[in-house]
Amino acid sequence: MTTTLTNHAPNHAPKKVAVTPTARPGGPASRKRGENLTGWMFIGPFMVFFILFLVVPIVWGLYLSFTGQTLTGRGGGLVGFANYQEALVDPDMWRSMGNTLWFVLISTVPLVLIALAMAVLVNLGLPGQWLWRLSYFMPYLLASSVVSLFWVWMFNPQLGLINAMTGLFGAEPIAWLQDPKYAMLGIVIATVWWTVGFNFLLYLAALQNIPEQQYEAAALDGAGKWRQLVSITIPNLAPTTVLILILQILASLKVFDQIYQMTAGGPGGTTRSAVQYIFEVGFTGYRFGYSSAISYIFFALIVIISIAQFAVASRKGLKK
Amino acid sequence: MTAIQTRRKPITIGNIAALMVLGVLAVSWLLPFAWALVTSLKTETDAGSTPVSWIPPSGFTFDAYAQVLGDGNLLTWTFNSLLTSVIITVLTVGLSALAAYAFSRLDFSGRKWLFAVIIGSIIIPPQVLIIPLFYQMLAMDLVDTYWGIILPQVIAPAMVFILKKFFDQIPIELEEAARMDGASRLRVFMTIVLPLSRPILAAVAIFVFIAAWNNFLWPFIITNDTALMTLPVGLQTVKSAFGVQYAQNMAMAILAALPLIVVFLIFQRQIIRGIATTGLGGQ
Repeated sequence: MTTTLTNHAPNHAPKKVAVTPTARPGGPASRKRGENLTGWMFIGPFMVFFILFLVVPIVWGLYLSFTGQTLTGRGGGLVGFANYQEALVDPDMWRSMGNTLWFVLISTVPLVLIALAMAVLVNLGLPGQWLWRLSYFMPYLLASSVVSLFWVWMFNPQLGLINAMTGLFGAEPIAWLQDPKYAMLGIVIATVWWTVGFNFLLYLAALQNIPEQQYEAAALDGAGKWRQLVSITIPNLAPTTVLILILQILASLKVFDQIYQMTAGGPGGTTRSAVQYIFEVGFTGYRFGYSSAISYIFFALIVIISIAQFAVASRKGLKK
Repeated sequence: MTAIQTRRKPITIGNIAALMVLGVLAVSWLLPFAWALVTSLKTETDAGSTPVSWIPPSGFTFDAYAQVLGDGNLLTWTFNSLLTSVIITVLTVGLSALAAYAFSRLDFSGRKWLFAVIIGSIIIPPQVLIIPLFYQMLAMDLVDTYWGIILPQVIAPAMVFILKKFFDQIPIELEEAARMDGASRLRVFMTIVLPLSRPILAAVAIFVFIAAWNNFLWPFIITNDTALMTLPVGLQTVKSAFGVQYAQNMAMAILAALPLIVVFLIFQRQIIRGIATTGLGGQ
């Protein structure tokens, strides 16, 4: 991608005297040493945080996954692959992974299609631009706790607005978040409402970059609105769609906040996500070693999906 | 109907249909806000009684807001969120910008592989680090402290990538002239590069701030003390504490939503442009 940047440093390196007093201006070796010192001074503070709060935990987590560590400090000895063996036959782990994939699958489709529809309609330039943008995007700014409070209330079986509205059409009240058949659907509805605005803005920006001449030329050739949408708009949006799919799938795989706060993973574990299972094994069951092993299995899943995404995206030549 | 006509927005069946769909979507998207607002203005009795109504029998009241604000926790949580989010934003933007500048302009040894490592680390989900991070915080005695909330949130490899891409585009000539006059790297960075980068720095800062303000999982893990909770974590506790006090719950939710909506109304253009140009914030 951008790792190949222009190597302009040597051109202006000689002015390095202030930082390295020993440097002889003009000497290639000293120039290099000056750049080294300055370079490390600039990235030093970032690297301290990077090592302390990313490198150390990722290595420590790997180590923990081979131990029987608990919160109380007991069982800290190495146990080999026991945690991984346990995880591979743990029905709760597989179920939480399955729930996560199911959530990704059924939330991604509306999160892409509704965002696309919103963007295409707003981009027509009809009156009310400010209102459309504000109302579609505003939920994205809310904390998961606010979203959960809103939607638990909307979905309340007796007092909620959703059942009151469906009731007008004669539908029976549904216990949205308490019924295993509907709980995941309820979470998907709340999630789409919450985050579709981000994809909407990405699509809108992409639409505004499509050259107007393409539409004019098509119009001269007698192409109608629908024809223009299918032959010009959608193909032009392909790179954005790939970007949105990649970001969306990776973000949805990590789902936890709204599920934990709306259903706590229930009823009966039907909405428990992978991250929630990691959290519960670690902080409710206090089995840090086992929780770390599940974290690493989950991490591996994310890496595999990421690699697959980039492979598909590059082969189709759609990646930016 | 052609593209040219559409720009003049004639009244056609197609445009009316489009407006209707836009309107239905807008109403659907605003409905949860409206319903929460109306509920928050009801008495607890009205909020908890059927049939569900938009206009409560006993009229509208600010009782729920008075209760919630009188309780004091909400203001504490808002302060905690503001304090931690501001520190996280300042540290993240500062450290990322320094690092990004070095990766863009300085030819130090190890630059290429280090940059590759940092970009590669974007793939690591913060959620898989919670167990060892919590352990570290225990060891550093930072559980239930502001720094415990703040420090692990400061690393943002994606921001380094975005800022470096921007710095790469700044014409090198501007900096060379200043270097000729004997300005140090740091001085060039502070007086030339940073002022030129104001739009991207604003976009990055706003996104880091929003992410920190709304972050739930980490502050939830690291704080047990009610007085140290951030807004999202504190809100999560009220559901059970208040039980069936729907009006108060919604008053809390509305009050908690307000600060970021105000931030959005102020920084609307930067936020929209930030998303458009970088696609960041997706984490």
